[in-house]
Amino acid sequence: MNYAIRLVAIGLVTGLPIAATADNLTAAYSEDGRYYTDDDVPTYNIGEDGTVDWLTYSGFRRYHSECHVCHGPEGEGSTYAPALKVSAIDMDYYDFVDVVTNGIQKVSAAEQSVMPGFGENPNVMCYLDDIYVYLKARGADVVPRGRPPKKEKKSDVIREDENACLGT
Amino acid sequence: MKKLMLLTSGIALCAATMAFANDDLISQMENPAQWAIQTGDYKNQRYSQLDQISAENVGDLQVAWTFSTGVLRGHEGSPLVIGDVMYVHTPFPNIVYALDLANDGKILWKYEPKQDPNVIPVMCCDTVNRGVAYAEGKIFLHQADTKVVALDAGTGAVVWEVQNGDPSIGETNTATVLPIKDKVIVGISGGEFGVRGSVTAYDMNSGEQVWRAYSMGPDEDILVDPEKTTHLGTPVGADSGTNTWEGDQWTIGGGTTWGWYSADLEENLMYYGTGNPSTWNPAQRPGDNRWSMTIMARDIDTGIARWFYQMTPHDEWDYDGINEMILTEQEIGGETRKLLTHFDRNGLAYTMDRVTGELLVAEKFDPAVNWTTGVEMDSGKEEYGRPYVVAQYSTEQNGEDVNSTGICPAALGTKDQQPAAYSPKTQLMYVPTNHVCMDYEPFRVSYTAGQPYVGATLAMYPAPDSHGGMGNFIAWDNVTGEIKWSIPEQFSVWSGALATAGDVVFYGTLEGYLKAIHAETGEELYSFKTPSGIIGNVMTYESGGKQYVGILSGVGGWAGIGLAAGLTNPNDGLGAVGGYAALSDYTALGGQLTVFALPN
Repeated sequence: MNYAIRLVAIGLVTGLPIAATADNLTAAYSEDGRYYTDDDVPTYNIGEDGTVDWLTYSGFRRYHSECHVCHGPEGEGSTYAPALKVSAIDMDYYDFVDVVTNGIQKVSAAEQSVMPGFGENPNVMCYLDDIYVYLKARGADVVPRGRPPKKEKKSDVIREDENACLGT
Repeated sequence: MKKLMLLTSGIALCAATMAFANDDLISQMENPAQWAIQTGDYKNQRYSQLDQISAENVGDLQVAWTFSTGVLRGHEGSPLVIGDVMYVHTPFPNIVYALDLANDGKILWKYEPKQDPNVIPVMCCDTVNRGVAYAEGKIFLHQADTKVVALDAGTGAVVWEVQNGDPSIGETNTATVLPIKDKVIVGISGGEFGVRGSVTAYDMNSGEQVWRAYSMGPDEDILVDPEKTTHLGTPVGADSGTNTWEGDQWTIGGGTTWGWYSADLEENLMYYGTGNPSTWNPAQRPGDNRWSMTIMARDIDTGIARWFYQMTPHDEWDYDGINEMILTEQEIGGETRKLLTHFDRNGLAYTMDRVTGELLVAEKFDPAVNWTTGVEMDSGKEEYGRPYVVAQYSTEQNGEDVNSTGICPAALGTKDQQPAAYSPKTQLMYVPTNHVCMDYEPFRVSYTAGQPYVGATLAMYPAPDSHGGMGNFIAWDNVTGEIKWSIPEQFSVWSGALATAGDVVFYGTLEGYLKAIHAETGEELYSFKTPSGIIGNVMTYESGGKQYVGILSGVGGWAGIGLAAGLTNPNDGLGAVGGYAALSDYTALGGQLTVFALPN
């Protein structure tokens, strides 16, 4: 299908406003409760009353279980690990996925930064997009610090995918 | 009710001095000119007989000299001083420097181990290390990767080394070691990675393993005598380390041993506490999860447990029990007894008879503590020794995927590892504390070796309806179980305290201040802002007839994670962003020793 036509078609189906220019933040279409940019990269969706999509909410929880002990609360960074709310904006989605999966090391006389690979950790890998869109929402400053008070319902597809991924 | 029971074993108090295999360290510790062990002495009192610096003149204190460690990130612990040599350690990569105090701190030798950097991310909360130990001409270093190394104190040459754990399954080390008699006793970290905690004794001269005691597991693993090892006076019975777990969950049960160790040579006992059970989601591990969250008294030579006391059965909040055990001889109920005092992460301060393991006092040392109404002190009741949990703050009773709010203290505890001090002159304990509360939502996680095994989302914020700060520095009466006075602090006090015969108490703050206060009143007598936030412990020594006070600066650790960006109060709702001061507005990374003295 022609790319432009597909965008229009999806925009019509979901009723979302289509961004005039492609960016890495704005949701262009949704599928079963997940949101994507027009480059098919996962992203957040925040309603006018502050309701966040399920993945953003889920990402808040998973981030604070898996990432918080190094990267600080709400993606703000710690004394020794970078602020991931910035990384999620600055980095390409696929680079972000690569670093989480395989890790990265910056070890020198002045710096000992080591990010482990989480590729074998289902608590991270099954929620990678959740964590990514939450951090992007934090970096874009559309979700304040703290627990998102309102959230969309978890869709059946998200629930089924989660169970399949965790093997439960 | 504080139940007091007369004891027949009081005669042990006046036992004659005995000879021990390791007389060297004992005589080194008795010399007040030195700081021969991280904890001040085997009793963990962190008290110095030096009185040249006193409440009258401490206001004149000046910086005498400084030393950059060459490493950033969190600097916990303190230097040692033996004779004219100071031994300074660093966080990962765990460098050790020997400095010549007779020659302006000239570097006599430097030891830098080669460690796989992959150990860094499996250390839960920064790459801290709480310092080296000394005995019989050797410096003992327990590295991040769990290698224990004995160095020649004169040259820095390796005498022996032994691998205590496996970092690839999340086993790491942050603690110092306990050199005692002919042994070096070491612990392990990794409760957030499903590590099964243990304490191991190595031969001081050869590095050979003598015994290992796990925190949970079969009786032969946890080194108990089911008929003789007691819990609050009752034998623990067979299989006590497995029968409060479901299936084989004890194999990844946590209960790590990353705190401080104390010892009573007359009783031939060593004391320490065990950490949280893994995971942080209590619904995933039904039962009391023994012996996590437990004060342990073990025979130094065999490791066999004399007594246990589990403070927080079936933890629901990550209240590790690893904080120091301070040993004192004090009058309680009209009788002088051998006491053990412990300020737990759970916000309760426990005073126990350290010979029998009898519970004498259990009181809150921060009035904000709300998860429990207190501990049952009536030995006739079934709940004897157990805390009564308030349902509203029970993450177990509220269940998985439910956010329990307003729990005090937060997971970092009313106090973490930063050790308190005790002055025999005032008979008060000086305690660095956190004044932070939390929301806690547990959820299901699966275990993968070497990967985080947490299972809860936390939000932390300063204790509501209080002074707005995140810490207090308190004076505590461990006989009555009461706060004598309390100094509010803007940030958690994450520095170990020092009490001296000069009636001065020292501590550091996360902004980087070294503070001196009056031991009787808490009045501030001196403060100086060092280059970085302080999470190290204050020490003192004498050189050339002059008393010095030393402190490591270098912000980091747990405090550097939670506070670097500031905490928020989720109860303020949308829009309240960064409502509380961020530590990053006050200080930045560093790694420096600052040494103070009076002017000539």
